[in-house]
Amino acid sequence: MKPYFQEREKKMLVAAEQSKPSIKITDHIYAGNSANMRNGDTKIQVERFSFRYGANKVLKDVSLNVRAREVTSIIGPSGCGKSTLLRCFNRMNDLIAGTRADGNILIEGQDIYDPRVDVVELRKKVGMVFQKPNPFPKTIFDNIAYGLRINGIRQKSEIIQRVEQSLRDSALWEEVKDRLTDSGLSLSGGQQQRLCVARALAIQPEIVLMDEPASALDPIATAKLEELIVRLKEKYTIVIVTHNMQQAARISDKTAFLMQGEMVEFGVTKDIFTKPTKKITEEYITGRFG
Amino acid sequence: MFETRNTAVRVKEMMVERLLQFCSLLSVFTTMAIIYILMSETWGFFQKVSLWEFLTDTQWTPLFTIKHFGIMPLLCGTMLTTVIALMVAVPTGLISAVYLSEYASASVRKIVKPILEVLAAVPTVVYGYFALLFVTPVLKKIFPDISGFNSLSAGLVMGIMIIPLVSSLSEDAMHAVPMRLREGAYAVGSQKIQVAFNIVLPAALSGISAAIILAVSRAIGETMIVAIAAGQQPHLTLNPLVPIETISAYIVQISLGDTPHGTLEYKTIFVCGMTLFMMTFFLNMMSFKLRKRFQEVYD
Repeated sequence: MKPYFQEREKKMLVAAEQSKPSIKITDHIYAGNSANMRNGDTKIQVERFSFRYGANKVLKDVSLNVRAREVTSIIGPSGCGKSTLLRCFNRMNDLIAGTRADGNILIEGQDIYDPRVDVVELRKKVGMVFQKPNPFPKTIFDNIAYGLRINGIRQKSEIIQRVEQSLRDSALWEEVKDRLTDSGLSLSGGQQQRLCVARALAIQPEIVLMDEPASALDPIATAKLEELIVRLKEKYTIVIVTHNMQQAARISDKTAFLMQGEMVEFGVTKDIFTKPTKKITEEYITGRFG
Repeated sequence: MFETRNTAVRVKEMMVERLLQFCSLLSVFTTMAIIYILMSETWGFFQKVSLWEFLTDTQWTPLFTIKHFGIMPLLCGTMLTTVIALMVAVPTGLISAVYLSEYASASVRKIVKPILEVLAAVPTVVYGYFALLFVTPVLKKIFPDISGFNSLSAGLVMGIMIIPLVSSLSEDAMHAVPMRLREGAYAVGSQKIQVAFNIVLPAALSGISAAIILAVSRAIGETMIVAIAAGQQPHLTLNPLVPIETISAYIVQISLGDTPHGTLEYKTIFVCGMTLFMMTFFLNMMSFKLRKRFQEVYD
């Protein structure tokens, strides 16, 4: 009697193992987890995460919690690994050969470096805006529609509606609504960057990563972008890398200070900037080095 | 204090400069002389034959008793071999360019690209015999009624010859597409193939068009392969299985023969040369302009 059951159980287990689909972040999120997610719940959990390019270890045992619908900024001197850390959240570093990640990054409890994770699905949930505006050499409309089309949205009316919505969300609609068929490259730098934000928002991510998004912009365009970021917080979880400490102070709820690949200090932005616990943090934010 | 003490040094400097100047102007003069000769002989030809006849007559028989001077059959032969060549070279070249630029690792690219470029270094006469003695017999097994000389085998082999032209320049163009565009595409959840074909390929389009136009220009001017493998019978036909004659092959045919200097037959060489020159000149200009435009977009 018993051996029979064991046999059967084993078979079922094997079958289950074989038919196990690759984990899709979306399934997990739409399973209701996200709807229940309240502001302030942990969205990204980084646990003793290390990352190396070849022999060069750029992140050392970094730990950090990013909470939902907050702006978390990562600051630190050039080469401290802040961009690398950000680009681990959507596994953009996969594009570089010879890298290795140790430790865990959990997004809503899901280890994103699990070999079964489909990076394409991950990136649909974790959008990104880059340091230099990088619109595609396509029309303004197609810049945003591209992401929708590759994600399987064929219905024209839906594409039109979502393009408009994301342009409104990124505060660009009023400026471009009459010239949607112009090239995305014809826009000014600040507009291009907001177009890139719109492109990221169009596919309805939950998290938006921003890698020094204002570093190529003039002060007015920067102010507009910052205003936008603060507003986006209502719907999205935002992680922003910046070398501009005033910017971090202005827009973020939490700040992480990274140096030489190590997390020096992480906490509420106000505390970091008014009463840092470490001397080195104080020296950095007061501009004594960096 | 600073005067040159040695006038000999100054003279030497000047002579070196003159020599360099002379060398650089030599090719300019040669080009101008060629254009002059082409134009004057062409002018002489059109004194005897009307431009209308030249453009509309459907036969080309300058060596026969009943002479016809219609460029159409030669032009048609040239176009036929060119189109066949492009049908081989453009898809193959573009796909290898996409592979080399987007998929191959740096080390693979470093090895494969020069090897591919060797294809362009094979003497065209070798290609000609390859077409005549290898490709045509193979084609005969598929199309039993193919002639010994035909535009299909010449066109196919010519296509192989110009693959590196398409792939190498297209690869350069795609490689020059900034990494941040690819990243932008990956960031919205693109698969690798979508990045390659929806983002990189269109972004490199002007460079790719320049490469293709250059390949067209090369195919139009190519002589040896078509002279050897495509035949020397000017036919106004689109059938790739029969012998034809291209403009370039006609020039070879007459130049090698014993056509007396100064006769109308002799002048046909220059008319054909002028036709070819105008076509390739126009295409090269277009290619140059496109490449320049491409360089302006990203830098």
